Amino acid sequence: MSLLEISGLSLSIHAQPVLHGIDLSIAPGEIVAVTGESGSGKSMTALAVMQLLPGGARCDGAIRLDGTEILNLPESRLCALRGATVGMVFQEPMTALNPVRTIGDQVMETILIHKAMSPEAAEARAREVLDRVGLPPERFPLARYPHELSGGQRQRVVIAMAIALRPKLLIADEPTTALDVTTQAQILDLLKGLVQEFGMGLLMITHDLAVVAGMADRIAVMRHGEVVETGPTRHLLADMRHPYTRMLFQASGHRVDLPPTRTEEPLLQVENVSRDYRLPRRALFARPGYHRAVDGVSFALDRGERLGLVGESGCGKSTLTRAILGLEEVQSGQIRLDGEPVFSGHRPNMRIRRKMQVVFQDPYGSFNPRHRVERLITEPFHLLEDPPEGPERAEAIAEALEAVGLRAKDAAKYIHEFSGGQRQRIAIARALIIKPELILFDEAVSALDVSVRAQILDLMAELCRSHNLTYLFISHDLSVVRTITDRVLVMQAGRIVEQGETEQVFSDPRHPYTKSLIEAAPVLPDPEEIRRSQGHV
Amino acid sequence: MSRNLILGAALSSLVVLAALVSFLWTPFDHAAMNIPDKLRPPGGANLLGTDHFGRDIASMIMVGARTSIAVALVAVGIGMTLGVPLGLTAAARKGSWLDEVIMRGNDLVFAFPSLVIAILITAVFGPGAVNAIIAIGIFNIPVFARITRGAALSLWEREFILAARVAGKGAARISAEHILPNVANLLIVQGTIQFSLGILAEAGLSYVGLGAQPPTPSWGRMLADAQTMVSFAPHMALIPGVAIIVTVLGLNLLGDGLRDWLDPRIRVART
Amino acid sequence: MLRYALKRLLSLCLSLIVASVVIFAVIEVAPGDPAAFMLGVNAQPDTLAALRAELGLDVPKLQRYLAWVGGMLSGDFGTSYTYRTPVAQMIADRLWVSLPLALYALALSTAIAFPAGIYAAARRGQPGDMAVMGATQLGVAVPNFWFAMMLVLIFAINLRWFGAGGFPGWDKGLWPGIHALTLPAIALALPQAAILARVMRSSLLDILGEDFMRTARAKGLTRRQALWRHGLRNALIPVLTIIGLQFSFLLAGSIIIEQVFFLPGLGRLIFQAISSRDLIVVESVVMLLVFAVISVNFLVDLAYAAVDPRLRART
Repeated sequence: MSLLEISGLSLSIHAQPVLHGIDLSIAPGEIVAVTGESGSGKSMTALAVMQLLPGGARCDGAIRLDGTEILNLPESRLCALRGATVGMVFQEPMTALNPVRTIGDQVMETILIHKAMSPEAAEARAREVLDRVGLPPERFPLARYPHELSGGQRQRVVIAMAIALRPKLLIADEPTTALDVTTQAQILDLLKGLVQEFGMGLLMITHDLAVVAGMADRIAVMRHGEVVETGPTRHLLADMRHPYTRMLFQASGHRVDLPPTRTEEPLLQVENVSRDYRLPRRALFARPGYHRAVDGVSFALDRGERLGLVGESGCGKSTLTRAILGLEEVQSGQIRLDGEPVFSGHRPNMRIRRKMQVVFQDPYGSFNPRHRVERLITEPFHLLEDPPEGPERAEAIAEALEAVGLRAKDAAKYIHEFSGGQRQRIAIARALIIKPELILFDEAVSALDVSVRAQILDLMAELCRSHNLTYLFISHDLSVVRTITDRVLVMQAGRIVEQGETEQVFSDPRHPYTKSLIEAAPVLPDPEEIRRSQGHV
Repeated sequence: MSRNLILGAALSSLVVLAALVSFLWTPFDHAAMNIPDKLRPPGGANLLGTDHFGRDIASMIMVGARTSIAVALVAVGIGMTLGVPLGLTAAARKGSWLDEVIMRGNDLVFAFPSLVIAILITAVFGPGAVNAIIAIGIFNIPVFARITRGAALSLWEREFILAARVAGKGAARISAEHILPNVANLLIVQGTIQFSLGILAEAGLSYVGLGAQPPTPSWGRMLADAQTMVSFAPHMALIPGVAIIVTVLGLNLLGDGLRDWLDPRIRVART
Repeated sequence: MLRYALKRLLSLCLSLIVASVVIFAVIEVAPGDPAAFMLGVNAQPDTLAALRAELGLDVPKLQRYLAWVGGMLSGDFGTSYTYRTPVAQMIADRLWVSLPLALYALALSTAIAFPAGIYAAARRGQPGDMAVMGATQLGVAVPNFWFAMMLVLIFAINLRWFGAGGFPGWDKGLWPGIHALTLPAIALALPQAAILARVMRSSLLDILGEDFMRTARAKGLTRRQALWRHGLRNALIPVLTIIGLQFSFLLAGSIIIEQVFFLPGLGRLIFQAISSRDLIVVESVVMLLVFAVISVNFLVDLAYAAVDPRLRART
């Protein structure tokens, strides 16, 4: 008998349909992954099982959990189920814990609220589960507060809370999306281990097909509130029936074709650059401490070259990006573009600044909501001594918009009229409009759904052909860096630990850190290979 | 548009209209004493009755609205013109000594309740409407500086500001072009709230004799006059009080309504 | 924690120093010579000089400032120009009315606002919430001194439950004193309670939207349990700020309310001092009020740290 049986589940929120006739089941000890792009309804499916839906939600159909139909249970019975029979882990570990209560307190609460044990036994159990999720007592006493822990450690606490009463079903909603790859790998291992050890069912919600492939026994692919395809993982990956599944799979592993354009002429030279941040004083008159965010970094970027910069959060890549853009002065070393320093005499060098543009990560935050597209994308004209005016200006706007696949008349619209992918195109148009010699892509595709990401990567390859771009592509996503760059730098704790031709570094990493990164990154399996291996079995 | 917005706008415009009409017409001369007709209750020839000198209360309320509105409006103006640039500057130079000085200065002014500022000013320069304006205005400066800084700081974290910096724009230009338009809604809403607080503060100051001086009519002083007569002429106290409540209530509803209409995420500081 | 407290204490001292300089400077620019004012226009030059020496007006400004501050630190606030009695004694007598009034009002305001705000937040959008919000909207708009007059009209003049004003003095016993301060405290507290209840409600509603509230619900807490166990303490942080600010409003408000109820507090003292240009009294009372406000803010800062472990860690 299955542990969770969802049949014909439909959900509407304020009469707006969200889910249509979802069927899904999970057996004890089974990992079922629900995947899909944003807006597919995968998180709502998870919240429906918890019955923690937003106000105005209405469910039809049936959700049977361990033999109990939960859709018509009173709230008190639901509370008794939550935390005891079914536990949940959320996406954002940084905000999922109450900042003013200790971790021990919060783990114990799961036990005490269900009156499952005496306070003494609850404390012992809390200690035990925290040990189990990898937070040993000597470093993580129960009296720790959440702000003293890293994101990965906090996610472990959330998992400890969810499993404290050994629930039969665990729901994990994008549990590793906010984490670095190495941490992600550890958390996924932990979840797999827990499923095996306790025989729990795990409902895992994730957008990342590579994670799904390595983790799940079965997959359900969702789009627009419907399950379009479902089946055992290997089976489904070997034989994708639905065109959407195939598109999703292809977009996830999308490879682009970069034209060869490299010259031997250095454009950007970074020499022995260090950047310190002052730390708050420890005592009133103590000498303030420093944190070295970038530590003696040197590299060169040739004209026409596409260089990648990878590293996990906090490795200093954002600081380095800001330094290259001339937004912040460095403490030592020299950054030169086209032979001239980006910072001279403690001021950013405007002559150099206009040879450089940047595309940011957040398609929603990188535009002033009160300006029209024409004003938004012409902002870099401020850097020119003699910016184009009148018809020349209109022409430049049209040219930039058309280069990124938009229409000239989009110039009169406001930014909220565009989707995330279109906004990222506009961001690229803004970077192109003054025809810079170097573009920095700062996590430029990280916030996009895979299908949109594939389109933007294609656009970049196309622009490489038509505009002969030189860029520095900064990202935490190894698979994207692998396809969109010629050469790559690997950064750890402020230092470049390895650099070389992209394919070379990925297929034969030298530095142990690079090795661990590549090992930790989940890989999309090759359907051909699965088919072949299944044939052998 | 919400019910709050409509009701608030209606009440506020009623008061402003009364003040404007008073320049052209009032039922009686607001300053004309008529002892035989003193302490008339509402109804009859004097719609809202007369005071202890036989003056028409309705006319005094209309003319008094001018004082209240003028004092509160100019005080908001002072607070905005000084506070907003200070807040923008502090945010643009976050963490610098300038930010520190501005914020400490704010804290210092906050340590003086508006009435205490008024007391200091009147102790030195004597009471009067202008000094009331200055006192309330000074108190408004840190209010606007603080909320502007807070809102501006979160905007400075946004990527579109970074994009403007990459385009070579300086802090002053970014503040004017990108920050100010995006905090404008917040300032309008907070301005409405400070306006209503100004009305209350002006009434309080005139009540204790630190506000507008005779013969300028003011609601606060009408209440001070009414105090000793409250047992036998309660209308003298009731009517100016209701006028204040209607005005403040109207402005508050307008502020809340504007917030919901312009941007529900705006947080207003109300103290 | 200790370092945090010391740091706040240092900032408190700095604020006090700057505030004292500002107050001294403002009073200094006041036109007119207090001695001349006291003796009238026909004063002989030598009597004037003698009085100036007696009042300490003939020494340089910096020295006068230091003498004033030094005096205050040792409890000597100088001598009233008008009454020729020690200012410290005058203030102490009045303080025993004003301070209990402000604290009484603060207690009332908090006691009303907390339940009202929590009640409204727990019933968001329901009739109970609408009723509380409507009442607070009205409460915010009511001037406290007018409300005080209405209370006098109803409870003192018509119902005769309370006296219409005056204060018997604490030597007549605790109860008569509290009885006399009750109407003034209500008049002060209700409008402030309206504001505080609104802050409490909106702060709680903000917290209800936080991720950790959903986590708590996923553990099996009911909506109400989550609100009490996880919402309240987090919601308290902005509420504390407002309580701190309210104390300064209650002190200022009590100056006005004392006028309505003829209470012999600091308000009456300061208005008498202004009308007789007794600037040294004005100066000292203002400094005292500012001291009270700054100290309360210091206590609020300490309360923050008690509520929020992140502040304890950050120094």
